[in-house]
Amino acid sequence: MMLKYLIIKEFKQIFRNSFLPKLFVMMPLMMIGVMPFAANQEVKNLNFAVADHDRSTLSERLVNKIAASQYFSLVAHCSSNEAFRLIESGDADIIFEIPQGFENDIVNSRNVTVSVAANGVNGTKSALASSYISGIVQDYSSDFQASMGDIIKFDIKPYYLFNPGLNYRVFMVPALMVMLLTLMCGFLPALNIVGEKEKGTMEQINVTPIGRGVFILSKLLPYWAIGLFVFTVSILLAWLFYGIVPAGSLLTVYVCAIVYISAVSGLGLVISNYASTMQQAMFLMFFFMLVFMLISGLFTPVSGMPDWAQWIAAFNPLKYFIEAMRMVFLKGSGIADLKSHLLALGIFATVLNGWAVVSYRKTE
Amino acid sequence: MKVITAHNLTKRFGSFTAVDGISFELEKGEIFGFLGANGAGKTTAMRMFCGLSRPTSGEATVAGFDVFTQQEQIKRHIGYMSQKFSLYEDLTVKENFTLFGGIYGMKPSQIRENFGLTVGRLGIEKYADTLVDGLPLGWKQKLAFSLSVFHSPEIVFLDEPTGGVDPVARRQFWEMIYDAADKGITVFVTTHYMDEAEYCDRVSIMVDGRVEALDSPRNLKQKFNADDMYGVFLYLARTAKRS
Repeated sequence: MMLKYLIIKEFKQIFRNSFLPKLFVMMPLMMIGVMPFAANQEVKNLNFAVADHDRSTLSERLVNKIAASQYFSLVAHCSSNEAFRLIESGDADIIFEIPQGFENDIVNSRNVTVSVAANGVNGTKSALASSYISGIVQDYSSDFQASMGDIIKFDIKPYYLFNPGLNYRVFMVPALMVMLLTLMCGFLPALNIVGEKEKGTMEQINVTPIGRGVFILSKLLPYWAIGLFVFTVSILLAWLFYGIVPAGSLLTVYVCAIVYISAVSGLGLVISNYASTMQQAMFLMFFFMLVFMLISGLFTPVSGMPDWAQWIAAFNPLKYFIEAMRMVFLKGSGIADLKSHLLALGIFATVLNGWAVVSYRKTE
Repeated sequence: MKVITAHNLTKRFGSFTAVDGISFELEKGEIFGFLGANGAGKTTAMRMFCGLSRPTSGEATVAGFDVFTQQEQIKRHIGYMSQKFSLYEDLTVKENFTLFGGIYGMKPSQIRENFGLTVGRLGIEKYADTLVDGLPLGWKQKLAFSLSVFHSPEIVFLDEPTGGVDPVARRQFWEMIYDAADKGITVFVTTHYMDEAEYCDRVSIMVDGRVEALDSPRNLKQKFNADDMYGVFLYLARTAKRS
């Protein structure tokens, strides 16, 4: 009974807030509509400068082959020195140098070396750029070998399971939905509780006979409802914008989401019990969010991290949910395949919520 | 019947003794003024009686329940108005009363009836659906008081209820307190205004965490040979060691 009054109150406050309802609309739009483009790890439009010391037909053909690829755009045909200056000024990312006698060597079947120099300030970018270029060069050289007919050509044709085009979005979108739920169901209710502490209404609540569990539920249920609604919207948006639909069943997606929601809101509650001002709560959450995001496999695979980081990841609910979501969306895994993930999340939920109820004190 | 009893009630924060062995008893329907300079320990003492803070030692009961072990039962029988204004500003007047009525387990019909009486008494029927945020401070204070007695508690604790309110509104406020006392609600009120102390049945004056004087305003004035409560207060407050 009491719970009903409190939940009505929460909903009224949420929808009277000048900011929150806008957030509920903007968040899924931003997360699903914009982030997959921005958080894209494919490197395109790399500027490359060519220092061609041979200036022959064959060298020209190689340069054109590179320039024709969607990854590169040619900015200058120039001397080596000039090309280095372009890198320094940031106008070029990569220098491609063709030695004198290039054509001659090829025609005489001698080994030829071309050199690639990449700007290493952005490591990922330069590594990808040089591997793209070497791919193109290899391709170029094997064309020759094939035409000369004296070498057997090997070709590796990889077949990628579950994501044949290695589409980056298919991989990112489920993970972004996880972020969305984390913010909506973990952070917002916690900030709400700390807000009541700051305003002094919390003391008024503490002096009434409301049970601790009832009060906490009254804070969580509205955000759970809104969180699941926003989650549904983001699933629809992913389908609309990118045609991404879970390969597994929607039921599995929602079961995972609900278990995760209870874990992450438990974390928020624990924070809210220890923070007495919004500022403290924000900083604590920021800290947790940063660690959780970077050690979750969102951007980089957990298996590639050092052992200690993998240990931290084992205590990161985000990791389990991101993994689970990717498995359902890409592999079509069912609940049975996700048993260990659900179990881990369930343990988080139990421990964190138990801690939250115990650490919430109506009497100091 | 004693509604509040305290015997050697003490609260320490580390080495600091905020409330130092206070003892008194309150009768039903009494208006009890709890006076003291800033930092004398008034709010701390009040929070112990409300079940918001656990005492360090001593004994006390409120409405017959023990302040050490039965805080949640105490909370069913008291009303509390804190120093900080604590209605929900983003809810309307009516929504606030409905919420707290519901929390105390009042029936919807009872809530409606009591609410009608409350706004009628305050003469603010037409503001029932206004957000509390937009109301003037004097009204907010009166509303906060009305809310603290809305569920007909046995005791109501008021922590500096008239801070920052104009003299006319303060006068009206005290009329409301008298009304509540007439209905048998015991009123426990802290204040800084000495003229308000005169309105109380009995007054205690706290200095450095101890109750230095406790009697009716008239007896206190006689005892300390003062013209008014202000004189009594100054006489006692000067002995304070804490500042």
